[in-house]
Order: sequence, then structure tokens, then C-alpha cells
Amino acid sequence: MTDVPPGYFLALAGLMFTIGVIGVLVRRNAIVLFMFIELMLNAVNLVFVTFARMKGNIDGQVLVFFVLVVAAAEVVVGLAIIMLIARRRASANVDDVRLLKW
Amino acid sequence: MPLDIPAVRLTGIAPEIALCATALLLLVIDAVLGERRNRWYLPALASIGLGLSIYFATEAWGTTRLELSGMVAVDGFASFVKITLAVFGLLTVWLGRDFLVRERAEEGEFYGLVLFAVAGMMLMAGAADLIVVFLALETFSLALYVLVGFRRRSLLSQESSMKYFLLGSFSTAFFLLGIAFVYGAVGSTNLYGGEDGPGIVSSFMATGASDVGLLILAMGLLIVGLGFKVAAVPFHMWTPDAYQGAPSPVTGFMAAGSKIAGFAALLRLLDVTLYPLREDWRPLVIGVAVLTMVVGSVLAVVQEDVKRLLAYSSIAHAGFVFTGLIAANDRGVSGSLFYLATYGITVLGAFAVVAVLSGRDDEKVTLRDYRGLFYDRPLLAGALTLFLLSLAGVPVTSGFVAKLVVFGAAIQEGYWWLAVVGMVTSAIAAFFYLKVLVVMYMQEKETEDAERVRSGPLSTGVIGLAALATIVLGLYWGPLIDVAERATLFFAGG
Amino acid sequence: MSIDVAVFGVMFVVVLGSSIAMLFARNAVHVALFLVVTQIGLAVAFLLEGAYFIAAIQIIVYAGAIMVLFLFVIMLLGVDRREALNEPLRGQRPLAVGLAALLAAEVLYVAYKGSDLITTGGGSQALQDLNADPGNVKALARVVFSRYLLPFEVTSILLVVAVVGVMVLARQMSAISPVSARSGSSVADKEEAA
Repeated sequence: MTDVPPGYFLALAGLMFTIGVIGVLVRRNAIVLFMFIELMLNAVNLVFVTFARMKGNIDGQVLVFFVLVVAAAEVVVGLAIIMLIARRRASANVDDVRLLKW
Repeated sequence: MPLDIPAVRLTGIAPEIALCATALLLLVIDAVLGERRNRWYLPALASIGLGLSIYFATEAWGTTRLELSGMVAVDGFASFVKITLAVFGLLTVWLGRDFLVRERAEEGEFYGLVLFAVAGMMLMAGAADLIVVFLALETFSLALYVLVGFRRRSLLSQESSMKYFLLGSFSTAFFLLGIAFVYGAVGSTNLYGGEDGPGIVSSFMATGASDVGLLILAMGLLIVGLGFKVAAVPFHMWTPDAYQGAPSPVTGFMAAGSKIAGFAALLRLLDVTLYPLREDWRPLVIGVAVLTMVVGSVLAVVQEDVKRLLAYSSIAHAGFVFTGLIAANDRGVSGSLFYLATYGITVLGAFAVVAVLSGRDDEKVTLRDYRGLFYDRPLLAGALTLFLLSLAGVPVTSGFVAKLVVFGAAIQEGYWWLAVVGMVTSAIAAFFYLKVLVVMYMQEKETEDAERVRSGPLSTGVIGLAALATIVLGLYWGPLIDVAERATLFFAGG
Repeated sequence: MSIDVAVFGVMFVVVLGSSIAMLFARNAVHVALFLVVTQIGLAVAFLLEGAYFIAAIQIIVYAGAIMVLFLFVIMLLGVDRREALNEPLRGQRPLAVGLAALLAAEVLYVAYKGSDLITTGGGSQALQDLNADPGNVKALARVVFSRYLLPFEVTSILLVVAVVGVMVLARQMSAISPVSARSGSSVADKEEAA
């Protein structure tokens, strides 16, 4: 196992999570937006694994396992919903569906 | 080394097991019997499953312990929330049956998804580990994403399903980061901790073991994730769209069920496990509560669509429940439970009326469609009046008692100004409920409908039951408050 | 300087670089491919941190199955469509960057705290022992099937809900498509939706 301090891994995870948030806020295509959410989940997985190393127990890795299952289930349902709308409208842009209407 | 399988006792999750088993059975029966015109057996079976889960939840009443390696808490709080959720589930199934018959699309999946959603919400109420909270939240959210898009002919329904889904998974990512930080601070995601490992509560007892700064950050992120589910204000963007787009029975279910499940997790998290940090989370939650009350009440005033109006009203109600949560005393917790239970029944009744009036395709939901309703359908208009008065918090209805209890709890802890904000926003809110009443009683109907909407027997029953509960609990609230108070005494670990 | 540090450095640059590239890629396919690169890079990070099983899963499930699903849907909807990168709502971009800066400050604090904790925690050795004695997969399995038994069972319900949900959505899809025979085209539609 590596000697690289966990702080560096956490910093990388943090930057990834932040990029994910920016992506969700500025991009407009629903599928692309969804991929940035996946990036955020990946960043969280890195945090879990790093804390598992720091705490010296394996629970963090188990939690990653659960996050993976949930991500898979979410992707299946999410892509089906996006497909359904794209079929009807020939567009998957979120702005076309008025995401931020009062 | 052999594997240590822990002792498995299922009293804690028996209601959830009953629901999941019923749901699976229902899906199989629907597939085997195929497409029949009248599938009365599906809602009947769903009702039996929900009844069983009420029975199992009452069985667990009175015990207080952790089960399944500390993953679920069996206590009065969980039982109370589970029974309430099962009642909401029953009302939703009955309303949903009428909706599906009206749409000529009676599909077993609807009932299956409702049952799975109720099971997920119940699991959330008893969860004693953040990973269980997370999985329960995802289970009922996935079911709701699909249920919101259940109006197959409506593009609006499917678009709102997508919005709800995208914003929902966005907030889930924050919630997960919060769980990761808790893990980093405590070394486990358990709320209580015990012989199986550390937890948040046990880490407070072992001084110096946990990193409080990290825990406070985690707390903020967890509030974001759960605040989304209860529709608190900076995270409320999805609410009006999802409420408008979803079939009315599903909207009522979301308003009642999602809210009580989210608040159950919040109450257990903030008022029990993070109670020692209350001076740290209170400023944040107070900010959210004030924003929620003000934004919910003010924006509701300009709405022209009844479902959107009720959506903003549901946002405002989340703010009122927060005042009980902020008080963080026994009265606050029991008050919040009482509030959530009575609000849920009232709002389900209101959406039952909306469902009946909106007719085929669930489309007639603007205020214009409600003009002169009293002269056309006096009983329905009367029931809707009762529900709206209860939501506004007028005396003799359950909504009044509920507001009194949560504001009283806040005053008891010295947050009298928060109660004042609550009362002022209630007054603003009363204005838009009145607006609906004016439309119903004092305006002329514009055009005659070609076909008169008919209320199915089940919808009529739901409306009657909800109206009865609203009045009875408004006059004779003692027993339910007593039960809610006993539910706070059983909190495990607290 | 050990080889670990060099591997970490390369991984860091690749992961961060492809994450940033995701932000600026116009074509959805490119975004997906950059995400795949990020995820493979993360698998390397997991290997470095002694999470061998998770690293394998990361590649098989994430970079493999999930991303293929994404690409599949993008292809179905049409690849050639380009997304306008102009500002959708006035003031949204500065707001996003401000919010992100706040978040970055938060996580960097955590990273700083993290390096603090390692001196007090000293867990790295404990995990190394676990990986050596029962082995990573065995240690994981022991925890999953004892302490995390309930969450493990709940995931099965979660997957059932996802399957039922997709079935409903697929049926809706056949209801709107020109061929609206519900039973006839449902199998093909289900496959498409999944």
C-alpha cells in the first residue's frame, strides 16, 4: 500500500466533486448532466476508500459497494426516463423542459 | 475462521417484509391473471399487505432496542411513523384504484411501486445506520420517480418526472458525501454504536475520539439531502413541477409520505444523535425553516394551478414542522409527529378532491375550473373547504391543534420569535386558501361541462374518512397527542 | 521517492485532467469517454489505497456496464447533436463558480484535516494487515454478510424496484410510439429502455 498521504487523495476527491457540481449547474443536456452526477458519486467513492485506509477498517470499502449498486439502479431508471422524453420531444435539453420555473 | 452470522430478529423490519412480500405476490398475480377488465383483487391484496404491516408495527410498540447488528432501531418512534405511513399507503392505494380505472389503465405495477415506496419510507423511519437511511431513501425515491411519470398521455408528467429525478440524484450525491464525512469522523456510519462498532452517539461519549469539525460539515450535507426530500426551501425547486405533473393520488402520497419519512430521519439524526451539537446545527436549520415558511407562503399566493398552490403550501408546512424540530425537546418531537400525521391525512383528502374534479387525464386543475364549484358539487366543495381551512390552521380543525403544538414547543425553548414568524406566514398562507374558497363560492361557473365528473366509491370513502379525521382530531386531539408523546419516550439510545 | 508517488502523480493528473475536460467537451460522447478515463484512473487510486476488490468492480461495473449504457443511450438519441455552451440563464455561471469555490474550500479543509487525522489514527497499517491475513475479498465478504446483512438485502429490493420501474416506463414508450400495440412491441421496447 502506498505512502502517499490520504490528504492528497481527499483533495483530488474534493476537486472532482466540485467539478461535478459545476457541471450539473452549467450544462444543459440531461444525459451530460447525469454524467456529472456520476462524477460526483465517483468522488464520494474515493472519499470512502481513503477514509477506510485512514480508519484502518474495511467498512468504507463496503459502503462503496452499496453506492455502486445504487448508482447502477439509478442509471437504469434515469436513462429510461430520459429516453422516454427524448423520444417524444427529439431533445434532451433540460432547459427546454423549464427546470427552473417558479 | 468461520463466518459469524449475527442473530437475526425480524420484529424491527416485519412491516417492511410484509409489504415487500405482498408487492412481489401482487406483481406475480397480475402477470399470471393477465389483462382483465376489472382487477379488483390488486387493490384488495395491497390493502391486506398494508393492514398486515400495521399489525406488525403495533406488535413492536413498547419495545426499544437495536436489531440486525445495530442497523435498525425498534422503538415507539419508528412504530408511530410506520403505522402513519401504512395509513397513507392505504388511502393512496384506494385513490389510485379510482385514478387507474378512470385512465382505463389498471396496471399492477402501480400498486407494487406504491407498496415498495411505503416499505422504503418505513425502513427510513427505523434506520439506525446512515447507509440504511441512504438505501431506504433511494428505494422510495426510485419508486416515486416512476410514479410521478405515470400519466402516460401527459408530456408534463414525464418531464416533471425527469426534473424530479435529476434534482433528486443531485441531492443524493450531497447526502452521500455527508455520509462519507460521518464515516471519516466516527469510523462508522452507525447512529448509535454499540458492541458491533463505533457510532455517532458512542463517539460523543468517548471524548476526543471524533472530529467535531468534520461532523458539523457532514451534518450540513445530510441536511441538504434530507431537506430535498421534505421540500425545504433552497432545495424545493422540484416540488411545484413534480406535484403538478404527477397523478393527483401520487401527489398526495408524495406530500404526505415523503415528508414524514424525511422528517423521521431528520428528527432521529438531529434531535437524538446530534443533540450534543444542537448549538451548531440550530442556526443552519433555523435559516432553512424561516426561508421555507416565507418562500412557501409568499409564492403560493401567485399560483393559478391548484396543484402548484398545494405544492407551495406543502413547502410552507415543512417550515412549520421545522419549528418543532428546532425546539428539539420531547414536546417538539411529539408535536412534529402529530403535525406530520394530521397534515398527511388532510393533504391526502385535498388531493382526493382534486383527483375527482380533474377528470379524465387529470387535466382540469386550474383555479378557473373551480369556479362556482359549490353550486355544482356542494359536498365536494364542502370537503375541500374543510381541508383548506385545516391547512390554514383555523380552529376546530386538526391543522390548528398541530400548529399550536409545534409553536408551543418552540416557545418553550425560548424561540418565541420563530413562532411569531410561523404565525405571520400562516396569516399570509390563509390568504391564498381564502382565494380558492372565494373562487368556489362567489364566482359563477363559466361554461357547462359536457360530462359531469363522477367520484368513484373509493375516492368518496377516502374523502369522507379524511374529513372525519380532520374534524375529530381538531376537537378531540388528546389521544393522538398522548400516543405521539409516548412515541418520543421510547427513542433508542437517546 | 518510491514508485507509488510516481503512479499517484500520473493518476492525479489524468483524473483531474479528464474531469476538467468533461466540462468543456461539447459532444456528449466525448463527455462519456472522458468519464471512462476518470473512472479507470480512480481504479488505480483504489489499488494504491489497498481496495483491490473495489478497484476491480470499479472497472467492471462502472467503466464497463454503466458507461456502456450511457453510450448506448447517447447513440440511440443521435450522436451528432451538439450542445450549445452559451450561458443558459443570466448569472447562472458566476453563481455556479461561487458555489463551487465554497465547496472547494470545504473539501480542502477536510483534506487538511485528513492529513491531521492520519497521525492520530494510524489506520493504514491495520488495513494492510487485513489485506494480508484474510485477504481483501474475504475481509469484505465477512463484513458484508454479517454486519451489513440488512443493507445487502435492501439492495435486492432496490433492484426489484428499478426493474419494475423500467418495465412501466417501457410500456409507456410503446404507448407513445407509432406501433402502440401494447403486448406486441413491449419486449423490444424493454430492451431499449434498459
